[in-house]
Amino acid sequence: MTAVFAFYLFAVTLLIGGFLVITSRNPVHSVLWLIVCFFNAAGLFILLGAEFLAMLLVIVYVGAVAVLFLFVVMMLDIDFKALQRGALKNLPLGLAISGIILTEVLLVATGWQPGQGVILHEALAGPPEGMTNTQWIGSQLYTRYFFVFSMSGLLLLASMIGAIVLTHRRRIGNRRQDIGVQVARTPAGTLGVGKAGLGQGVEL
Amino acid sequence: MIGLTHYLAVSAALFVLGVFGIFLNRRNIIIILMSLELILLAVNINLVAFSAFLHQVHGQIFAMFVLTVAAGEAAIGLAILVIYFRGRGTVAVDQADLMKG
Repeated sequence: MTAVFAFYLFAVTLLIGGFLVITSRNPVHSVLWLIVCFFNAAGLFILLGAEFLAMLLVIVYVGAVAVLFLFVVMMLDIDFKALQRGALKNLPLGLAISGIILTEVLLVATGWQPGQGVILHEALAGPPEGMTNTQWIGSQLYTRYFFVFSMSGLLLLASMIGAIVLTHRRRIGNRRQDIGVQVARTPAGTLGVGKAGLGQGVEL
Repeated sequence: MIGLTHYLAVSAALFVLGVFGIFLNRRNIIIILMSLELILLAVNINLVAFSAFLHQVHGQIFAMFVLTVAAGEAAIGLAILVIYFRGRGTVAVDQADLMKG
C-alpha cells in the first residue's frame, strides 16, 4: 500500500514538475523544476530497486548538470521576454505531434507482450543472494560491459575537451605576465642613451 | 499493484512533455536543452523499469550510459550556447541562419 502511494506521489510530482519546466516564464524556475523532476525520478528508481542509479541521478544530475544549467542561465544576460514572443504560434502543431506520439507510445506500452522466451515477472526482485544493487551493476559493468564502459569514459573526456575548447577565449588587451618575454629582455633592447643638445628636446 | 505498464505510462507522458517543450519554446535553446534532459530521463525510467521487471541488471547499466551521454551533451550544448550568445547577444536559435543551411 505504501509502495502504491509512493509510486503515485513520485509519478504525479514528476509529471507536474516536467510540465512546469517547459511552461515556466522564468528559466531559473525551469531549472529548479527540473531538479524536482530528477529527485522524483530518483524516488521511482528506488521503488524499482535501483538504488545506485537513484543516487547517481541525484549526484550527477542535481549536483552537476542542473547546477551547470543554473550557472549558464544566471551568467548570460538574456532577454527572456523577447524569446517568448510568438511561442503560442507553434502550439497547435506541437499539440498535434505530441498527441500523436503520446497515443502511439501508450498503445505500445499497454498492448505490448513479451517475446518468446522472455519472462516478464509480476513482482520485483533484488540482486542475487548476497549481493547489493551496486555490486550487481559492478559485476556486469567491469566484466561484460568493460569496453563500453571505457568508451563512455573516452566520451566524457572528449566532451570535456570540446566544452573547454569551445568556450576558451584569449582576451585581448589584458596585462598578463609572460615569463618568456621577461626573461628574454636584454639591456640592448630596452635601454638607450640619448644626447640632448642645448636648447633642444629629445626625440624618443 | 504497480506493474510495468504504470512505469511505461509515466515514462511515455514525460517523453511527450519533453517533445512538447521543444515545440513550445522553439526559440529558447536553454529550455530546449532542458526538454532534452526530460526526454532522456523518460528513456532512463523505461530502461530501469524493464530491468526491474525482467530481473536483469543490463537495463540499469544502459541507463548509466544514457546518463553519461546526457551529461556530455548538456556540457557541449551549453558551451555552444555560451559562444552563440557571445557572438549574437541573444539565444534565439530560430535566427541561427548565418550558414544559410
